[in-house]
Amino acid sequence: MSVSVQQADFDAGAEIAALSAGRDDVGAVASFVGLVRADKAAGKLGAGETAAVQAMTLEHYPGMTEKALDAIVEEARGRWDIFGVRVIHRVGRLVPGDRIVFVAVASSHRGEAFAACEFIMDYLKTRAPFWKKEETPAGGRWVDARESDDHAAGRWQRE
Amino acid sequence: MVKTLFFAGLREALGTGSECLTLPADIATVGGLRDHLAARGEPWSALATTKNLRVAVNQQMVGFDAAVKGGDEVAFFPPVTGG
Repeated sequence: MSVSVQQADFDAGAEIAALSAGRDDVGAVASFVGLVRADKAAGKLGAGETAAVQAMTLEHYPGMTEKALDAIVEEARGRWDIFGVRVIHRVGRLVPGDRIVFVAVASSHRGEAFAACEFIMDYLKTRAPFWKKEETPAGGRWVDARESDDHAAGRWQRE
Repeated sequence: MVKTLFFAGLREALGTGSECLTLPADIATVGGLRDHLAARGEPWSALATTKNLRVAVNQQMVGFDAAVKGGDEVAFFPPVTGG
């Protein structure tokens, strides 16, 4: 089980430990945890207004989401010599400070683990069918996709 | 029949998350299906006006020139914002 889409929170420490449990060939586990930020709703407000994010709801496309994440993990396995991968993405309503996403990669050495972990996050951001809707005092708003995320994913494109 | 699905802001704009419809005989691509639905007028024109609309056929992201046939599941949605 390398990919999970779930409402429940996760235990990053336990997930990291599980990637090397019972084996002596893992020299590196790189991990990433994404959290809900209490951000301003950038670009949608008049001068002087601020609308802190009070909560957000993660919607996804059941069925495709798991397939897309599996495909991203397989792509990473094809590019780097990695042993284990764990991806967890939460859905439903989350509040600032909540964990949203977890990616961890185990390998012999840090280089492969770091690269694969970053690659998986960059591809998840642009290819996995999740959408965030923020709740602010000014009302709900769907988060716009960022061009910077496309650029981040584009770095990994092969000629 | 094709099963169409709509997500996120597009789902809200259309007021529905899914619809099964008979594929008109002259429609061979998902772009053609999008245009057919958008031509219904409000609120379906959101399919034409959503910026950078994405489409998946049978849960794989594809381009709008991708083929569509009876039995397919076709999902339209805005650019993804997970992570």
